[in-house]
Amino acid sequence: MSRERLFVKSTKQIFGVRGSLLFVRAIGGIRYGELVEVSLDGTSILGQVIDVSREAAVVQVFGSTTGVTPGKSIVRFYGETIKIAVSSDMLGRIFDGLARPIDGGPQVIPEEYLDIHGSALNPALRVPPSEPIETGISVIDGLLTLVRGQKLPIFSGSGLPHNRIAMQVVRQASVRGSEEKFVVVFGAVGVTYEEAAYFLRELRSMGALDRTVAFVAPASASTVEKLALPRVALTAAEFLAWNYDMHVLTILTDMTNYAESLREISAAREEVPGRRGYPGYMYTDLATIYERAGRVATRRGSMTIMPILTMPDDDITHPIPDLTGYITEGQIVLSRDMWRKGIYPPVDVFLSLSRLMKEGIGEGKTRGDHRELFAQLISSYAEAQYLRELSAIVGLESLTSRDKKYLEFGDLFERRFINQGERERRTFEQTLDTGWEVLSVLPEEELKQISPQTLKKYHVKYRLEVRTRSG
Amino acid sequence: MSSITGRIYRISGPLVVAEGLSGVMMYEVVRVGEEELIGEVIAIRGDRAYVQVYEETSGLTVGERVVATGRPLSAELGPGLIGSIYDGLQRPEKEIASRTGSIFIRRGVNVPSLRRDVKWGYERSRDVKPGDKVGPGDVIGFVSETPLVSHKVMVPPEISGYVKWLAEDGEYTIEDPVAVVASGDKEFEVRMYQLWPIRRPRPYAEKLNPVEPLITGIRVIDYVFPIAKGGKAAIPGGFGTGKTVALQEITKWSHADIAVFVGCGERGNEMSDALTSFMKLMDPRRGRPMMERSVFIANTSNMPVAARETSVFLGVTIGEYFRDMGYDVVMVADSTSRWAEAMREISGRMEEMPGEEGFPAYLSSRLAEFYERAGRVRTLGRPERYGSLTIFGAVSPPGGDFSEPVVRSTVRYVQCFYALDYGLATRRHFPAINWLLSYSLYIDFVRGYWDKLTSWSEYRETFLKILQREAELSDIVRLVGPEALPEEDKLTLEIARMIREDFLQQSALNPVDAYSSPEKGVMIAETIMEFYRMARRALAKGISVARVRELKSRSEIAQMKYYTSKQLSEGIFKKVLDDIKSDFRELLGE
Ligand SMILES: Nc1ncnc2c1ncn2[C@@H]1O[C@H](COP(=O)(O)OP(=O)(O)O)[C@@H](O)[C@H]1O
Ligand SMILES: [Mg+2]
Repeated sequence: MSRERLFVKSTKQIFGVRGSLLFVRAIGGIRYGELVEVSLDGTSILGQVIDVSREAAVVQVFGSTTGVTPGKSIVRFYGETIKIAVSSDMLGRIFDGLARPIDGGPQVIPEEYLDIHGSALNPALRVPPSEPIETGISVIDGLLTLVRGQKLPIFSGSGLPHNRIAMQVVRQASVRGSEEKFVVVFGAVGVTYEEAAYFLRELRSMGALDRTVAFVAPASASTVEKLALPRVALTAAEFLAWNYDMHVLTILTDMTNYAESLREISAAREEVPGRRGYPGYMYTDLATIYERAGRVATRRGSMTIMPILTMPDDDITHPIPDLTGYITEGQIVLSRDMWRKGIYPPVDVFLSLSRLMKEGIGEGKTRGDHRELFAQLISSYAEAQYLRELSAIVGLESLTSRDKKYLEFGDLFERRFINQGERERRTFEQTLDTGWEVLSVLPEEELKQISPQTLKKYHVKYRLEVRTRSG
Repeated sequence: MSSITGRIYRISGPLVVAEGLSGVMMYEVVRVGEEELIGEVIAIRGDRAYVQVYEETSGLTVGERVVATGRPLSAELGPGLIGSIYDGLQRPEKEIASRTGSIFIRRGVNVPSLRRDVKWGYERSRDVKPGDKVGPGDVIGFVSETPLVSHKVMVPPEISGYVKWLAEDGEYTIEDPVAVVASGDKEFEVRMYQLWPIRRPRPYAEKLNPVEPLITGIRVIDYVFPIAKGGKAAIPGGFGTGKTVALQEITKWSHADIAVFVGCGERGNEMSDALTSFMKLMDPRRGRPMMERSVFIANTSNMPVAARETSVFLGVTIGEYFRDMGYDVVMVADSTSRWAEAMREISGRMEEMPGEEGFPAYLSSRLAEFYERAGRVRTLGRPERYGSLTIFGAVSPPGGDFSEPVVRSTVRYVQCFYALDYGLATRRHFPAINWLLSYSLYIDFVRGYWDKLTSWSEYRETFLKILQREAELSDIVRLVGPEALPEEDKLTLEIARMIREDFLQQSALNPVDAYSSPEKGVMIAETIMEFYRMARRALAKGISVARVRELKSRSEIAQMKYYTSKQLSEGIFKKVLDDIKSDFRELLGE
């Protein structure tokens, strides 16, 4: 947005104002969707042409129309949609939602100007995602593996530690292979002053800042900036992924704030509201953001997206998580119960799913035992959960000793495997080894998902034997 | 034909209003603006034509040209369809990529749907000679399009007359005439391809009742809620309940000659996953890559919304075309809800009176137009042949709540309803088809087929009864725990569990079990029934369910699905039956 503007045309012919809509008498050559600037006394606000006919153009302004005076305020037309300057020098920098630097550094020297809306990847050129990203967080890497090119959101609730998880992923995430360039694009939209300050502090103190680009649009930012932020962040990410062969992980938080801005605009346009007042096109709108994830046959880089959103009232059927879930390739759901138990990160393993995980794990990707270990941990934890419920009905006394082992496993699984330090980075190997460690409290014959060969090679018991023998 | 040219009067998202297009028809294709974006006239009010534009409209200005083409939106049907990946306007996406050199889909690209430069080996039909009278649907020649598809070149609907000339066997492009048909003083050149308006059903001689199941390779469908060839089915379910996987499995394994996969407003990664697996996987019945009998339409969620509707109708039109050759075709659409949402958006822009939840009042009739194009038919033309088009549509209700308008309208037009259940999916019971809510109205039509294989009617009924009873008992279990139940009920729960886990559950990820032949399903069902019969006898003699549960043959049944049909019939099946008998004999001390 830092480019000098050559306005194509301007007019003072505003003949109506309603909410955030301006009705302007048409002048020739107004383009549908183009950006406009409305100047008031001394300041200006941005807007967009959302309808244009031979008689009139309707301009949606992103912000308040207070101060707009028909016949006096000037509407200037840009002649194009929102574009931003992009460059590989953006790495290590912090910007606002319209890509203006907010870290005190200089303007970046643009390599290209790109439309923030991007274009759809050609489906025929896409390649199915199949290489993992190591976040260093066991419950994700072990049970919900994030795969390059995937879009995997975190569904959180207010008061849950999603921001801390986000920062942990920014700090720790990496891909294997020395040839591969990995970067993180971080976007915070509509966050409170405190949250923004936390992110900026964390980002600055992080050794990882030189491989990070950050965008922050706080709650106080204009609606246009909040609506633009995810697209601006992804435009920068695409530039790095497709032009510089980088593996880019884009983290966007809190997309609930984005959806609220979308609803606000829709209400201002007096559109027929969809469910709970959100616009009927919210699915499509979110899809044009998240579908920018992927891999293509002709490029080395990849686009991975991890959106974070807070579920209003912890309700997963609320339109925001619901529509997101319809678009993304799985979801990581945080649980208030787990958080109350003191588990960090408090992930509900049963409600969570990484749909692309199966392609991204195993020999040569994570480790040969990953699939079986994953299946076993999930099914044993499910059994533990069932027995917890059963023991609540029939009492602990009536459980068998096998059942009690499961209860023990369930606790250990939560405290040792899922639970982990905020500054603790576990490699895939460490994660998988921790999995075997907690499984070892169960009798071997209960490990039905694991083949004898895998068991011999990885089970703690045999590994100890090998070690003692050779040591 | 002289083309009518008008001017853009108004632009509002995908809706463009044009003036000066007098004489334009409803559903006529127009080219909008300097970039000649493709649009379709969807309403005419006074001298204004309302155009739904199938490409991104930003940047258009009032006053730009709008040119009518004189033609409705049509599909090109001919050799080259198989193995293609089209967008909603039948533009081949692979070609777009090589032509534009971009990884993105850009608007305004003009690429023919079928390649003009490929020469196909053409063999003329020996049943037609010059001087013969021919009519719509008559087969005049063949192209071996892929090793799996013999493409029949047919006289297009609406053409009839005397054969004046026939091309000899040889190599031709689709533009080369292969026959000349004369009627009165008019002559018509028949080529290897024809155009057909996608919104208009292709004609047939006669629609017929279903007679045969379409085997999908999915046990819970084939055995419990069967679909017939020419049938129509809806698969509604919240996100993550398994709609896409189900549709992919159906296109992969169905006993159909041709599969058409329409990805309409869904994920790009899923499309590429499907494409990749269709290249790799072999059709189990014919040992060739599945791609050699499949057509893909990929209009992902970030592509223009208006083209969701055309992708669905394009898919149906291609399906009907192969049906007309006498093939059994299966077509799936993932997801019809995204199409419905596109209708809602356009309708809103047209300021039409909104119906329920903002959907237009014609939502229901539009869905009917789609599903009604399924069916089994006697085709037009000679030689006499029968073809079918079976349709499966995914529905994605908000919040997984089936009481919303798209599910409710769809239910009225489909004969099979596969209700996907969120609870089953979270417990990883796949396919998550809820057996209490789902149904098939084809039971009586396919009974003949199944009862020849096994005591299907009886077994199916027993299975459903046991599952029904389990549902009733589960409330009690939740209160008092399973051990408090009488032995008889405990057995019901145990058998229900076997039905669920050993029969209904079928993982698409397991290479052996992903496809289950009818024979395989029958063998598993027979062993479960045998176990059940023996267990009831044992119970009558005072043996507890706890002991029955521990029998070795119980876990042998559970393993059966991991064997192929061949392995089962060549020994395993018999062994499991024998082991059941001997286990129980031992238990009863006989
Ligand atoms: N038949 C199946 N076998 C194994 N896993 C399945 C099956 N169906 C669904 N799944 C699992 O559920 C996930 C979501 O399924 P999907 O079909 O994408 O759901 P939907 O299209 O309804 O959102 C898949 O990624 C897979 O892990
Ligand atoms: Mg799906």
